[in-house]
Amino acid sequence: MTELHDQLKQIIETEDVALFMKGTPQFVMCGNSHRALEALRRAGAPVTAVDILPDPRIREELSALSGWPTIPQVFVGGELVGGADIVEELEASGELEQTLRQKLGDEYRGAGEERVVAVA
Amino acid sequence: MAVRTLVDLLQAAFPGGEVAVEDRTGGGDHFQVTVSSARFDGLSLVEQHRLVYDALATPLADGTIHELRIKTKGTT
Repeated sequence: MTELHDQLKQIIETEDVALFMKGTPQFVMCGNSHRALEALRRAGAPVTAVDILPDPRIREELSALSGWPTIPQVFVGGELVGGADIVEELEASGELEQTLRQKLGDEYRGAGEERVVAVA
Repeated sequence: MAVRTLVDLLQAAFPGGEVAVEDRTGGGDHFQVTVSSARFDGLSLVEQHRLVYDALATPLADGTIHELRIKTKGTT
């Protein structure tokens, strides 16, 4: 396995909420990444963002790992929650909050700052 | 890519299902697809969307779909 593969796997497994996106929360480069980020923010999720744009291999490795072909991808507690459409749908129905509470505990809101992790 | 092509791919994957495809920008690369099918019954949203991705694997892989929005519904 490559170093990049291991790095991505570690982020997925160790970060409470991992958002793989185009750009960063400060400078979002894609409408769908923006939609996913905003839905996570509304639910109060402690987001760790990873920009996949710096190197095309990031996206290739990530999709190989997750079996999900598109960006963004959201993971909570190591599990794929989905892309922008699913995250928006779950946020609107209240299920996203429920999942966050189940995986991260009742006090998940404010448990962590939004941050950005660089890979590769 | 024509809306018709995507509709055909989806109808082949979800026989008897309801399929709608909208070209969101008119450019032939940003699509909203809506599928209702009994194949989704009992599946999580992630599993439901995976089935749609599988159906559209070719246009997703060759880059003709630049952006895809998915809405899925089961019959129950």
